[in-house]
Amino acid sequence: MHLSDLWFIAIAVLWAGYFVLEGFDFGVGILLPFLGRHAGGGAHADPASGDLQRRVMINAIGPVWDGNEVWLLTAGGATFAAFPAWYAAMFSAFYLPLLIVLVALIIRGVAFEYRGKRDSTRWRAGWDTAIFLGSAVPALLWGVAFGNIVRGIPILVSPTTGAERFTGNFFTFLNPYAIGGGLTTFTLFTLHGALFLSLKTTGDLRKRARRTAAAAAVPAIVFGGGFLAWTGASYRSGTTSGAAIASVTCAALAAVALAAVAVLTRLGKELPAFTANAVAIAAAAASLFTALYPRVLPSTLGAANDLSTANAASTAQTLMIMTVVACIFLPVVLAYQAWTYWVFRKRITAPRVAAGPVTVPAARAPEPEPEPGKEDRRHRGLLHRHGSGGRDKD
Amino acid sequence: MDVLDLSRWQFGVTTVYHFLFVPITIGLGFLVAGFETAWLRSGNDRWLRLTKFYGKLFTINFALGLVTGIVQEFQFGMNWSAYSRLVGNIFGAPLAMEALLAFFLESTFLGLWIFGWERLPRKAHNACMWITAAGTVLSAYFILAANAWMQHPVGFLYNLATRQDNLRSYFDVIFNPAVLMGFPHVIAGAFLTAGALVAGVGMWHVMRAKTPAADVRAFRSAVRAGAITVLAATVVVIATGDIQGKMFTTQYQPMKMAAAEALFHTARPAPFSLLTIGNLNGTRAIFEITVPRLLSFLATGNWNDQVQGINNLQQHYSQLYGPGNYTPNVPVIYWTFRGMIFAGLLAGLIALFTLWLTRRDRAPKSRLMLGAAIVLPFLPLLGNAFGWIMTEMGRQPWVVWGQMKTAQGVSAISGGEVLASLIVFTLLYGALAVIEAGLMFKAIRAGLPSAEEAQVPAQRAGSDQTEPTLVY
Repeated sequence: MHLSDLWFIAIAVLWAGYFVLEGFDFGVGILLPFLGRHAGGGAHADPASGDLQRRVMINAIGPVWDGNEVWLLTAGGATFAAFPAWYAAMFSAFYLPLLIVLVALIIRGVAFEYRGKRDSTRWRAGWDTAIFLGSAVPALLWGVAFGNIVRGIPILVSPTTGAERFTGNFFTFLNPYAIGGGLTTFTLFTLHGALFLSLKTTGDLRKRARRTAAAAAVPAIVFGGGFLAWTGASYRSGTTSGAAIASVTCAALAAVALAAVAVLTRLGKELPAFTANAVAIAAAAASLFTALYPRVLPSTLGAANDLSTANAASTAQTLMIMTVVACIFLPVVLAYQAWTYWVFRKRITAPRVAAGPVTVPAARAPEPEPEPGKEDRRHRGLLHRHGSGGRDKD
Repeated sequence: MDVLDLSRWQFGVTTVYHFLFVPITIGLGFLVAGFETAWLRSGNDRWLRLTKFYGKLFTINFALGLVTGIVQEFQFGMNWSAYSRLVGNIFGAPLAMEALLAFFLESTFLGLWIFGWERLPRKAHNACMWITAAGTVLSAYFILAANAWMQHPVGFLYNLATRQDNLRSYFDVIFNPAVLMGFPHVIAGAFLTAGALVAGVGMWHVMRAKTPAADVRAFRSAVRAGAITVLAATVVVIATGDIQGKMFTTQYQPMKMAAAEALFHTARPAPFSLLTIGNLNGTRAIFEITVPRLLSFLATGNWNDQVQGINNLQQHYSQLYGPGNYTPNVPVIYWTFRGMIFAGLLAGLIALFTLWLTRRDRAPKSRLMLGAAIVLPFLPLLGNAFGWIMTEMGRQPWVVWGQMKTAQGVSAISGGEVLASLIVFTLLYGALAVIEAGLMFKAIRAGLPSAEEAQVPAQRAGSDQTEPTLVY
């Protein structure tokens, strides 16, 4: 195996890691306006307690979302260093979609930090919208982008300079297959966010997150299954036979994992369901990358214009140094990121009297919650009733 | 304007904007970590209250530095794809390592610090901020090594077949002499910036009539810490700036330094320009006030040595690299160079003045000092921006000095796309700057949290299944 193949795998792993990790915080952002309401819902909804629910959701991802986003920066940096031609061609071709993603990530990142810094309903409502859009738009566009990468985009390699030029426009990206990819990531991440919330919250929010996850599993299976089947049927002609087999195997694994999510969610097994969905997302990403291999950015204008691990890679010397650095530091990074998740492993619950930077006035404080112990028992009770339940669907 | 001009404007706007927040993050991380350590060592609440107060400013500022940093990394491929393709072998590696070694460190440990007050033992919590701060410095080293390579490319070979630069020695790239001097200059500048913020904000509270006596004492400690930081940083900035000036004049980019001094004709000995007004096409001076021989001394360390002038260098480069314009925008380089030095020195003087006024337990109330305290935090921000504009525009027309011209590095994208992104980014940055400034002023006006508000509850027992603390 060449070092360039190893780095192709490394970049696939970084993207898969990014989707698995940021996937759930995108999902929490997407669900913010829908789950961040008080239990009563409708006309009885108490705005202050709705805000408290949203704060619980944001605090659930608060310590980790930023570290999750660094996976994207690392994937970008690794692509630049290991495949300069791929980085150059891809980032300039996807100029407008990336602009939209960047704007979304900017307002989203700022929103988490700034939302609680001023005690005003309008201020927080504005940032809530920013979190929703800043999560929903990239969740959709990453799938569209990867659909287009697998499908190929119109790029021409200049015979004189060797530089790649994109000959399409923004609407080139809006083809049915790529939009299917967008719906796949969007539904998978929404599901992932719901599963994460069911794992990290308590009480009513946890209950509704679980119901949402059960509902969200359906479109995720439909779009994800359809998109991966389409990929397997149409877009593996340029790969080696080994990669094609791997791609179909990964797609099958993703489908099995998604089916498991649906079952486990209904059984109320929160951690296994979340884990299964993480596997599904990683397997779906792996299926796309293996469908590409050994190309990294196929051209729709003839195979001579394809970028591949062979013609886009850096020299062995650059790759060797990168390999040494990654082998030393990646385990360290994984260790301390895992430690963070361990430190913040507990469920988040709304405090009886809200503390922190935003102080909800006492008059608007939520009604007291039951004792934690009792609450847990109540949840087990709920679980049994779940099949026949759905009594207060909001 | 064409794609090139628009792309340059976008890069400039993004970089200068990004670098308003970065130095504050770098320097303030260490100061906040230091305050927390002082609290742990002394047990004095004053330091905890300062930690929380300046820690809040740190998080407000960090958010914008972080999100604009994503644009920084992506725009090389988006707007400068020909450049990225040429240099990725060399330039990409430090960027990838910056993400892997530094960004993960900063983001993960800052998350632990913000959310971990009740989850972590106190020393471990404090360590998180020290690690975050160390991460910011590591990050700066990698990106400055990448930039230094553009200023003074080393350790590579051009491959004719692939039309790319191939790495020859990563050691040479990472220990480029240009980064060995540029790095301490920028880091000291960051400490100057953060020290000025801490001292300026603290001094404003010290002199405010409604600040309680206990808070005045606390802020006085912060003022002293900030002002000492500024003074020490000023010394390092001057020393490293001087060495860089000599390196660039005599070896790397004599044109940049000639432009910075508006020295049109090679001179031996060369006079230092106090004020030069050039003609409209920037080829000669029409009015100047100079100090004889001083430039020779500053640029070479010898009062009699020759310093090359713009016109002579232009002629030299035309012969070496073919016909073309090799002269950067002289008035911009000349004035930003002076603006940088003036802003830094003035900040240093104010810090000295502040230390004098606060000597031996004094807490002064003076109008002059109040004005100085308000101006102080803005001076280094200006100095940093001027410095980057000077060094980046002074490298023009090159993107990689002596190898690739900026015009050759730009992406094959349409002017409409770049215009759209330039407008979007500029409006977005403007709106976020207003919001950020509003939040900063609000947090500053709010003053120190009371001892009760700042108090850190004992670590929660491990048996709890839930976490009732909301931070955001």
